[in-house]
Amino acid sequence: MARRPFPLAATAVATALGVLTLGTLGAVLAQAGGGGLTAADWAALRFTIWQAVLSALVSVGLAVPVARALARRRFAGRGALIALLGAPFLLPVIVAVLGLLAVFGRAGIVNQALAAIGLPTVSIYGLHGVVLAHVFLNLPLAVRLILHGWQAIPAERLRLAAALGFGPRAIWRHLEAPMLRAVLPGAALAIFSICLTSFAVALTLGGGPRATTIELAIYQALRFDFDLPRAATLAALQFALCSAGVAMAGWLTVAAGFGAGLDRATAPLPPAGWRKALDVAVITLATAFVAAPLLAVVARGAPGLTNLPVQVWAAAGRSLAVALASCALATSGALTLALARGRRGFELSAMLPLAASSLVLGTGLFLMLAPWVSPPRAALPVTVLVNAALSLPFAFRILAPEARAIDADYGRLTQALGLRGAARLRWVTLPRLKRPLGFALGVTAALSMGDLGVIALFATDTGATLPLLVQRLMGAYRMDTAAAAALLLVGFSFALFWGFDHWGRRHAET
Amino acid sequence: MKTSIFAAGFCIVASLAAAETPVLNVLTYDSFISDWGPGPAVEAAFEAECGCDLRFEGAGDGAALLARVQLEGARSEADVVLGLDTSLTAAAAATGLFAPHDITAAYDLPIAWDDALFVPYDWGWFAFVHDKTKVAVPPTSFTALAASDLKIVIEDPRSSTPGLGLLLWVKAAYGDRAAQIWADLADNIVTVTPGWSEAYGLFLAGEADMVLSYTTSPAYHLIAENDATKAAAAFDEGHYLQIEVAAKLAASDQPALADRFLAFIGSDAFQSVIPTTNWMYPAHTPAGGLPQGFATLITPVKSLLLDPEAAQAARGPAVDEWRAALSR
Repeated sequence: MARRPFPLAATAVATALGVLTLGTLGAVLAQAGGGGLTAADWAALRFTIWQAVLSALVSVGLAVPVARALARRRFAGRGALIALLGAPFLLPVIVAVLGLLAVFGRAGIVNQALAAIGLPTVSIYGLHGVVLAHVFLNLPLAVRLILHGWQAIPAERLRLAAALGFGPRAIWRHLEAPMLRAVLPGAALAIFSICLTSFAVALTLGGGPRATTIELAIYQALRFDFDLPRAATLAALQFALCSAGVAMAGWLTVAAGFGAGLDRATAPLPPAGWRKALDVAVITLATAFVAAPLLAVVARGAPGLTNLPVQVWAAAGRSLAVALASCALATSGALTLALARGRRGFELSAMLPLAASSLVLGTGLFLMLAPWVSPPRAALPVTVLVNAALSLPFAFRILAPEARAIDADYGRLTQALGLRGAARLRWVTLPRLKRPLGFALGVTAALSMGDLGVIALFATDTGATLPLLVQRLMGAYRMDTAAAAALLLVGFSFALFWGFDHWGRRHAET
Repeated sequence: MKTSIFAAGFCIVASLAAAETPVLNVLTYDSFISDWGPGPAVEAAFEAECGCDLRFEGAGDGAALLARVQLEGARSEADVVLGLDTSLTAAAAATGLFAPHDITAAYDLPIAWDDALFVPYDWGWFAFVHDKTKVAVPPTSFTALAASDLKIVIEDPRSSTPGLGLLLWVKAAYGDRAAQIWADLADNIVTVTPGWSEAYGLFLAGEADMVLSYTTSPAYHLIAENDATKAAAAFDEGHYLQIEVAAKLAASDQPALADRFLAFIGSDAFQSVIPTTNWMYPAHTPAGGLPQGFATLITPVKSLLLDPEAAQAARGPAVDEWRAALSR
């Protein structure tokens, strides 16, 4: 008989998320306007689904060999490389795009090299460019999620496999494939949902109106047509797609059921020969793919770092405060949902914010709050709340598989020992979740340093946050200073991410 | 102890004084209030003469501004909205939320201005900007641009006001032939960005030969960076105008102060800040004239502008036409 660890708390979190996503949608839908979808909207819907599916499949497909290579090899700088993998995910969109263009763009290194050896140049603009950018941004997340899966295979099972004389093929069949079956659908779902709401990346690298996504149609409906119901209808389509994704991922996910281990740190004996060469090649390629655009971002921003305007530091302080508040909120909310029973419903509510149109969310919140509070005064609290809600799905995705495993592996033991509530949390749950908790805190904190899509309507009379400042600098032609401030933003995001992640990994091997 | 009592008393007196100072709330786009925009200087100059507290609120860009006004309706705390442009004024007027002004000034605009609701504060011509060291002979018309193999980056008319400006530019210049012009331009367009900053950033990063911006953009590089390599290409068809305007909200609780601010917009104190912060032409040339670098800019012989109602009516069909031509 199932105990209910935090049914009330989980219901409260789910309700809050429901109000923020579906509630705001309803508030927008209730306004006057036309509301009908046009032929162009349906074309946008097709393109949106297509690019999101491709981005998710390619990201996850490439992440499997990378995660496997990282899981079974030990080399100097491995820890740093795994940490570095968090970075693309944390880049502000325009910074990531400019970094990618420095490598793959018309004037980028790849095309310069091709031209130098007399080969025709390649264009990044088009569907392939959109997918490339989404893979760059999301491959690292997929690698980390899958790597966690590999690490969650108890060492005892690997030893048993070795004792039974399993070769790589048998290990794949009996251990790795079942693990992937448990982890891959969730990872693909997360990336699919993120890419559903892509706007600036898809448009800029898509090369023109063929690459119109639903989010852009929403922007147009809200800003230029002021047709709120149409925007809400489009946002509802995004939710429907995300829900379909959650259902499909749930249907495909089969728990691996390895059982509990004794947490022994044993490096499994990695296969040698051509498999070793392959692993080296995979790790090298993945590192180059992720690092080259990042280096371009650093190279572009570094010269301006010595000459930053003073406002940058106050803005950075504000952003750090927002990030810390948001990550505490998001991670505790995600933990509550991940530990609760009756999971399918809670999982859906945890994933909803991923598919939320930030524009509709911002507009809906504005409609709900404006009669009660002065919008500029609400700006910072709203930023914290919205950032927490929007980053919660990532924390949930990171925590859920291992929270589930705790229940399966230690549920009976804790019941037999009569461990409940706070004691269970302290002695079983938190210690076992330390690694994913650190990772979740890091990801949500870093994500909350960025993102300002929601806040535009609320307006600011006082200080700006760092992402807003970067935007202001760009708007005032100061692209070099903006690049330096963006680098600072990435630096702070990465420091937050690294700090939390390091805390989580201190006693683990990932 | 004594000092803290004194401090407490001082705070009470200070807050009483603050409570008596009238507050004028001006809603504008975010880049206006940034430290590099006109906001800080305008605020200091107006507060020095009005005995009031001028509070700017920044909300996204021009289109976000109008959406915000529509969402709030008559409930808004704002007294003045500053930052709409002529492609949005028809929609803004239709909301019925704005009140007429009583300004009767002559403007230094390339066209005659007569509008009961909106007061212009600056303006500019849209233009394609290039690097003179890379594009030696810039095109002189849309047809020449389409025939060349120059690569351009433009803004999306569905998400940005400059993008919408370009759309109306082609429409005003070519009318029914606009679709053909877009189809011819398709192979010149590297990509379409959501907003001006992304497009300009891509151009400066070398992704395109030309970018849709303003004839005044080279002045920034010349004056602020001492870089004379940027220039705008003069087009024979004429250049479309962007006129940025301010207006008083009908529901304002400080109508007199709002009128005073609208009048202040025409003063030298306001107008002299515009050229080197907003990088646009002031609506009234200040007594000191324009900053030095502005003399080097191109001056289009012909200015194009659809009147607000025509712009509003043309927008939907023109966007469809644009999308169809570029999706082929």
